Amino acid sequence: MTRLYGARGWAALGVLAAILFVVFPALSLGVPAGSPFHLSQYWVTLIGKIMCYAVVAIAMDLVWGYSGILSLGHGLFFALGGYALGMYLMRQIGRQGQYQSELPDFMVFLDWKELPWHWWNTDQFWWAALLAVLVPGLLAFAFGYFAFRSRVKGVYFSIITQALTFAAMLLFFRNNTGFGGNNGFTDFKRILGYGITEPETRMALFAATGAVLIGTLLVARWIVTSRFGRVLEAIRDAETRVAFCGYNTLHYKLFVFTLSAVICGIAGALYVPQVGIINPGEMSPANSIEIAIWVAVGGRGTLVGAIAGAGLVNFAKSLFTVWFPEYWLYFLGLLFILVTLFLPRGIVGLARGTRTGAA
Amino acid sequence: MSAAIHADGASSGVVSGRHLVAGELDVSHGVVLYLEDIAVSFDGFKALNGLSLSIDSGELRCIIGPNGAGKTTLMDVVTGRTRPDAGSCYFGQTIDLMKMSEADIAHAGIGRKFQKPTIFENHTAFENLELALKADKRVRSTLFARLGSAERDRIAQTLERIRLAGQADRQAGLLSHGQKQWLEIGMLLVQEPKLLLLDEPVAGMSDEETERTAELFLGLAGSHSLVVVEHDMAFIESIARKVTVLHEGSVLAEGPLAQVQADPRVIEVYLGR
Amino acid sequence: MRRLLVLLCLLAAGRAWALDPAAVGRLAFGDGDERIAAIGALLASGEPRVTEVLQAFAAGELQTAGERVLIVRGEEGFDAASGQRVAPLPPEREDVVANNRLRSAAQAALASLKLLAPERAARLEAARALSGSVDPATAPLLRKALEVEGDGEIRALLAMAVASLDLASDDRATRLAAIRMLGESSNAAVQPLLAAAVKDPDAEIRSAAKLSLIEVEGRLKWGEILGLLFAGVSLGSILMLAALGLAITYGLMGVINMAHGELIMIGAYTAYVVQNAFRSMGLFEWYLLAAVPASFAVAALVGMLLERSVIRWLYGRPLETLLATWGISLVLIQGVRTLFGAQNVPVENPAWVSGGIAVMSNLTLPWNRIAIIVFAAAVLAAIGLLLARTRLGLFVRGVTQNREMASCVGVPTARVDTLAFGLGAGLAGLAGCALSQIGNVGPDLGQGYIVDSFLVVVFGGVGQLGGTVYAALMLGFANKFLEAWSGAVIAKIVVLVFIVFFIQSRPQGLFALKGRAA
Repeated sequence: MTRLYGARGWAALGVLAAILFVVFPALSLGVPAGSPFHLSQYWVTLIGKIMCYAVVAIAMDLVWGYSGILSLGHGLFFALGGYALGMYLMRQIGRQGQYQSELPDFMVFLDWKELPWHWWNTDQFWWAALLAVLVPGLLAFAFGYFAFRSRVKGVYFSIITQALTFAAMLLFFRNNTGFGGNNGFTDFKRILGYGITEPETRMALFAATGAVLIGTLLVARWIVTSRFGRVLEAIRDAETRVAFCGYNTLHYKLFVFTLSAVICGIAGALYVPQVGIINPGEMSPANSIEIAIWVAVGGRGTLVGAIAGAGLVNFAKSLFTVWFPEYWLYFLGLLFILVTLFLPRGIVGLARGTRTGAA
Repeated sequence: MSAAIHADGASSGVVSGRHLVAGELDVSHGVVLYLEDIAVSFDGFKALNGLSLSIDSGELRCIIGPNGAGKTTLMDVVTGRTRPDAGSCYFGQTIDLMKMSEADIAHAGIGRKFQKPTIFENHTAFENLELALKADKRVRSTLFARLGSAERDRIAQTLERIRLAGQADRQAGLLSHGQKQWLEIGMLLVQEPKLLLLDEPVAGMSDEETERTAELFLGLAGSHSLVVVEHDMAFIESIARKVTVLHEGSVLAEGPLAQVQADPRVIEVYLGR
Repeated sequence: MRRLLVLLCLLAAGRAWALDPAAVGRLAFGDGDERIAAIGALLASGEPRVTEVLQAFAAGELQTAGERVLIVRGEEGFDAASGQRVAPLPPEREDVVANNRLRSAAQAALASLKLLAPERAARLEAARALSGSVDPATAPLLRKALEVEGDGEIRALLAMAVASLDLASDDRATRLAAIRMLGESSNAAVQPLLAAAVKDPDAEIRSAAKLSLIEVEGRLKWGEILGLLFAGVSLGSILMLAALGLAITYGLMGVINMAHGELIMIGAYTAYVVQNAFRSMGLFEWYLLAAVPASFAVAALVGMLLERSVIRWLYGRPLETLLATWGISLVLIQGVRTLFGAQNVPVENPAWVSGGIAVMSNLTLPWNRIAIIVFAAAVLAAIGLLLARTRLGLFVRGVTQNREMASCVGVPTARVDTLAFGLGAGLAGLAGCALSQIGNVGPDLGQGYIVDSFLVVVFGGVGQLGGTVYAALMLGFANKFLEAWSGAVIAKIVVLVFIVFFIQSRPQGLFALKGRAA
């Protein structure tokens, strides 16, 4: 326990947990809607969403910040997790859809008579949850195995993961793939039998996301403070030396890449019921690159930085889209440029000052 | 630690398929490294051309040769970084290096120091040694690894030996060039290899550091086998017993330093026509 | 002359100069089917004035006054049947309203009337438009046209059309002749007709139809294959244009420029601006001559600006370059949106790159695609010469191979970097100018090309201009052939996944040199 954080670290984590699990639920459910202290659904959804992004940022930081592998496929893993749980949510709609059919509306629209094979058992929550973890995990494992085995690294790896994401997006845009084409999944009604728009359900999802965020943070912290984490950083800095020290770098990279994909899948599965929609746009190459900039803004190679970066950038995004949407891309674009030019270690690096960060 | 390594048992006659053989280095015939007819070409350029070489157990061998003679490529072949087009390469009697990955070769007991010092610049000197330390280097073990007191002692000893005891918690990237060279040598030592390949180990060192390095190498010879590639003839004179001269990818001459230096072919290669 | 005489005789045999007033009346007053029939009857009469009446009908100039049907243009009126002037116009008139079905029937009739036009070009066009599926109502007209037609090419087309009508004849011999006739066609539209005849109860007709069908299919197959090859070359040339600039900035300089697609987009917008300027000067036909150098120059300038301001500080840090240039691409996209709006802007082809040449009945090669292929080849030749023969080329090759050494022998490496990046950016601009001729020009134009361009360069082998060319052509062919077999999206996915796995098994690309410790 002491290895992970010092006393102050644990205390900060405790405060965060108290806010997420006690203060927010109380403000949202306990305080009446008219009160100025009431936490509205808008905020619950926004913070829940940003916590999902923060989980993704931690996953990205593990592979990029610590291991030097810039994956542009993390948007894909996130979306796959989302789609997996989305299938379950679609099945939960039951006969309450527009066409009052057992089949999801888009299938009725396509004149399909039965569920395609990959929808098997998706009315079971446990199965969908399993898929949300397994599909991104297996894909990352298989893809990573071939890529790392043939020593694809650096920008090459970025480009081919981007191509993979792009191919998957095209695939999911097709109606025949069976995931609702460009509309994706939406209009969810229930999760585990509870109405998905009920404030209590929302709060439960919010708390679950908070728990996953804290859990992910602890697991990631445990990894990066272990000798394994030091090997990862060594791979980032001098991979050949690591191999000549007798470490099979393929196994290390594969492990962290797969783990990272699984974390993204979980985040995606939590994201979809909260925002209420998943479509192939989530797989666009732009989304995956954006994840990298969250981490870069916060500070590569620091977990707190990843979380802070995801929070700041996405909070800024929601402000921009409300007040001056046409300037958001300018802001985001300049953020990319300025952070890489002037803030290579992110805001956390700026705050800490000394120790030199990732190359 | 069970150093289970992948190797093709040449004696058992199994050629295809990888299977586990206890990674015992067999030097019963006195030879630790044996290369025969190695050929490597890069797009028509023959970096190594029918090179044969054998290093005895406990020997300290110096390899010299003009630029482009194939010295670094030779090390690349032995450590699994470059796959030769032809030839065979054995570590001891039984371990066929041609089929093994870099990590497996390192595990089998071959350590390598690069021409340009390659250390983990963002780790401390202590952590550099910790990572190099002979241990179970599989994913699961490193996730749960804890540094025992014996290991700590071993790292502390090595830090003493490479004169970095005072710099243990200093970030390696901030060390001087000579210190980095020493740290890399230290990383080799804690790996406990049987055979050390050292590519220009004294480049950028002060005279005093060079002298101490010579002492260190002479102390290692006997219990270890060393192959040193160097340009610094003074350093070679101070350590060399047997010297191999490479030229255009194959062995030009071999023998005691004085004999090699008197060889007219060697003189021609070095001085040109 | 003979044509005219026959035509005159034909007309003389018919009813004088006026149209059948009953048919005109049915056209104006009848219900839907009656009016369609009336169009057919008018057409069958072959009178020269039919054209005028149908044109007036289609243009909404037909009006009724009591029983009379008038053609009214402005303040002037004519009797529809006789063509005589009616003055003064009766005050009580009603418009003859045509629905879409009638209007298209009238248009079709007008089109087939062109078969009797005096100009050869007009008749040829009309004959081509028949394209196998012939409205039985035009049969009498067709036969007349065939009788009077003197031109061999048009006769052949007309004969085909007549044959496809004869297929429905009651006379067995006529049908057999028609089937044999259609066997010589290379028109896709006769396939279903013959296929229907293959199911005929009469055995002889069946076997004749089968034979003819096989012949037609064989001919069409050739057209299809040639078409695919052309499409492959065309896509390949587009990919090559898009990737050439990247082959320089990424392949030679090692700079990961994710804004490459946006430089393409800037080139396309430059073409748009030049087009507008030239149009306002009345020189629309010639705007491409200025748009090509302008696209190059604007994109090159933007590129050099980016190199000086951002990219230069990130040399040797490829992942950072990737992120920063992605940021640049976002700013450029939004900048174009602010300047030109988020909608696509119209860029039109000048006449000399519009249309196409019909090589076969089912194969028309569009001029704009041909122009791009030629353009791509020219750009490739120019860039090859530039790199191989000029001082800048020598410097670029020198700097990319050994920066320190080049610097030592006095090569201004910083300036060479800027110029080389500008060259790559300018090539992207040229690609944009070319793309503006075949597709939509919008702020997102470049996003569609960035993944493809990188894959082309990587697939071909980084640092190999030749590899980029081969890779582009191979991917172009692969995409188009797969597309014919599996549809566009799946083809694209298959190609992407193939490249992804190809790179994993051969990271150095198709044509890269094997280096030490690669």
